Amino acid sequence: NLLCPGARCGANLCRLMSIRSVSVDLNNDASLLIDIPDALCERDKVKFTVHTKTTLSSFQKPEFSVPRQHEDFIWLHDTLVETEDYAGLIIPPAPPKPDFEGPREKMHKLGEGEATMTKEEYTKMKQELEAEYLAVFKKTVQVHEIFLQRLSSHPILNKDRNFQIFLEYDQDLSVRRKNAKEMFGGFFKNMVKSADEVLISGVKEVDDFFEQEKTFLLDYYSKIKDSTAKAEKMTRSHKNIADDYIRISSLMYQQKITRILIYTHIVVTMSFVSLQKVEGRVASDQELKLTELLRYYMRDIQAAKDLLYRRARALADYENSNKALDKARLKSKDIPQAEEHQQQCLQKFDKLSESGKKELTSFKGRRVVAFRKNLIEMAELEIKHAKVRSSIQLYYICFIMCTNELQYAWGICKILCEQI
Amino acid sequence: MADAARDPQQDDTGLLELEDGEDLFPEPGPGPALEESGPASLTTEDLSTNANGPKQASLFDDDPDDLFAEATEEVSLDSPDRDVLLSDGPSPAITPMTPPTSVITPRIGHAHDDMFTHSSFDEIEEEDGGDSFDIHISVSDPEKVGDGMNAYMAYKVTTKTSMSLFKLREFSVRRRFSDFLGLHSKLASKYLHIGYIVPPAPEKSIVGMTKVKVGKEDQSSNEFVEKRRSALERYLMRTVKHPILLKDPDVLQFLESSELPRAVSTQALSSAGLLRMVNKAADAVNKMTIKMNESDAWFEEKQQHFENLDVQLRKLHASVESLVLHRKELSMNMASFAKSAAMLGNSEDHTALSRALSQLAEVEEKIDQLQQDQANADFYFLSELLGDYVRLITAVKGVFDQRMKTWQKWQDSQMMLQKKREAEAKLQFNNKPDKLQQAKDEIKELEMKVQQGERDFEQISKTIRKEVGRFEKERVKDFKSTVIQYLETLLQTQQQMIKYWEAFLPEAKAIS
Repeated sequence: NLLCPGARCGANLCRLMSIRSVSVDLNNDASLLIDIPDALCERDKVKFTVHTKTTLSSFQKPEFSVPRQHEDFIWLHDTLVETEDYAGLIIPPAPPKPDFEGPREKMHKLGEGEATMTKEEYTKMKQELEAEYLAVFKKTVQVHEIFLQRLSSHPILNKDRNFQIFLEYDQDLSVRRKNAKEMFGGFFKNMVKSADEVLISGVKEVDDFFEQEKTFLLDYYSKIKDSTAKAEKMTRSHKNIADDYIRISSLMYQQKITRILIYTHIVVTMSFVSLQKVEGRVASDQELKLTELLRYYMRDIQAAKDLLYRRARALADYENSNKALDKARLKSKDIPQAEEHQQQCLQKFDKLSESGKKELTSFKGRRVVAFRKNLIEMAELEIKHAKVRSSIQLYYICFIMCTNELQYAWGICKILCEQI
Repeated sequence: MADAARDPQQDDTGLLELEDGEDLFPEPGPGPALEESGPASLTTEDLSTNANGPKQASLFDDDPDDLFAEATEEVSLDSPDRDVLLSDGPSPAITPMTPPTSVITPRIGHAHDDMFTHSSFDEIEEEDGGDSFDIHISVSDPEKVGDGMNAYMAYKVTTKTSMSLFKLREFSVRRRFSDFLGLHSKLASKYLHIGYIVPPAPEKSIVGMTKVKVGKEDQSSNEFVEKRRSALERYLMRTVKHPILLKDPDVLQFLESSELPRAVSTQALSSAGLLRMVNKAADAVNKMTIKMNESDAWFEEKQQHFENLDVQLRKLHASVESLVLHRKELSMNMASFAKSAAMLGNSEDHTALSRALSQLAEVEEKIDQLQQDQANADFYFLSELLGDYVRLITAVKGVFDQRMKTWQKWQDSQMMLQKKREAEAKLQFNNKPDKLQQAKDEIKELEMKVQQGERDFEQISKTIRKEVGRFEKERVKDFKSTVIQYLETLLQTQQQMIKYWEAFLPEAKAIS
């Protein structure tokens, strides 16, 4: 089945998930622990198993699991965004839709080109594609998990009723999802979003803190968006190189060439095979660390900008209510309503400002910590990979030179292969 | 080297040793790629442990046993010469490997190994006597001479040698590209038709040269000049490595004399050039029409071998070119990411993180430079080598074609002789004494011609056998040393990368 491995990735996932979390310090409050230990890929749909462990009495059981689809996560996110009470909070960005388009297209091309390549090359490329598929899978589970963990670690959001339903309700959520769509309507959200930049920059800021934050976030957002795109390009180049090594190693391994090169062919083939493995791994590790980090914070910054937008709208409302009050006083008509309205607007604005300040401060801290962790891990991985690559090459060179060290060289090469 | 028993288990500490005559490379059947276990050579062996033929899927497994199973057999080819190599000692130096005592004889071939082995032994004897091969040529200092469309690049050709063939030990001359082409065309006209593999000269490039002439001092024209310089150097080294060509007076003149008559006939758009094209076309047609009765299986097999090699090398060359391209792309993408990361660092308001991001940008930039250098190495070592060999194989195939032509000539003479004899018989029958004498003379001439034709054919066949042997040897050495150089550059790149990332790590850790 070329389209979807139909894999149950449980065990693999856990082992590979050591490179997890673009956010840190989540999921360490024992009162509510959430994770996604398992996921199933069926056709186009991914089914996540959301597992909760809790000491809170608000839940019916201390430990339970439910199956959820991507659309359920979106529903949860949207209901939180539309909740008036949370207007002063940074709502964790919704996880992006699982995108298997890339590897699926490559699988398709591979299937078409099967006739033109050797069996070894085909097998190798298929394995690489399956690994790529697995990497996408890994990524999507990770990002859905982080979304839930952000919620569970937020003192206000983790008490949300819909959040609890999401975690606990053991039936299909699709009915609720449909109702929500009818209530809020998707297009309204989009329309509103495109106006936010203008509004945020247009409104006169009274608070220094927010003035700084606004400038910073707008600038940072465009820079990080650019960096994300460039990082993605880098990763693609690494993948291309890995594919080239596959082709080269499969060609070199073919009998006619290899005989001619006598024993150097083994060395060269092994070099290329192992280099390709390492290149492929570099590509995926770099993806996970750097690119995912940048992508995630790009979305997070958008969420922070949304907060600023809501506050700016509240400020605009407050200013409008002031104008309305003045008008009412002039006309001596409906003054109490106008005064009431003005008070409400002021309260809302103050509440948003207070909560917003807290949120943005903790957001900065979170961002710094996450960058630090990922940059360190990325550097360590790069060093590890470069060391593996150089030891491979070193041994191969020694091997070619010292032909009397044959038996040792074989042993070393074998060990190295296992290490990779 | 006493026992011929082949040890099937590769984990053993015992080295595999084989008797000299034993065939290690049985030509496989039409089956799958890995099938090397010919019936003759593996009677005592447990085929299952070698896992050669059937297990195609396991080819690229992490389990290296499959790879090594073959490998161990092939590697022990060295066993006859192992003592020799041991005495030389392992040295990290790469260039140039002096051939006289260390002979790695590739056992490519079938039941007709005997013939091939003998000829290669001949070579060993040849090389042992006389001058040890010690000559090194370098092509350097490209200089533009003249202006506009008449401008050309002059290169300095320096020869360093201890051979008695030359007057001096070190000397240099200035040559231009057409001089190299002229040398090649002279050598080709002298030696190709008698079966010597004359190394092909680097290819002309009208586009490349025009850029240089016009005076564009940019990256691509510099790269072009460097590429050409390197190709010319390899060309000369290959030419002088050939023991016969080295002694050729044209070669000596090329290397030694300060003035060289300009080789006009090498111009692309000249009458000589057109004549060459016409001849090439004629040759191609002839090749198709000559149906040679190949009585010697060695030649048949070798031709097939070179045909296959041609195909494989071209594919490999294409893949390596793709690698070079992608690595250049990677380098570009890294550079642009580095700039972007630097801007992000500037934008970041947390000081330590900002510094770390700027450092990251610097690391990526440095690594980008490394990747560029690596791409160059990929190119010069692998890609150009493969390109050279694609052209060399064409030259080898050309030599086989010459043998066919020689055979054809011989056959033609024989046919003529036959006709003349028939004509003579007729004349005798019709009793025409004066014409008879003429016929008899012609027959005598033709008989000599036929004898000469046969001798030529034998000679060219013998020469080709020797040449192919020498070619295979050279190629092994060539690839081996190039591969080592390539791996060394890869190694250096990796070690440098380690240094850069290790310098970055404390910066990342310093974020608080």
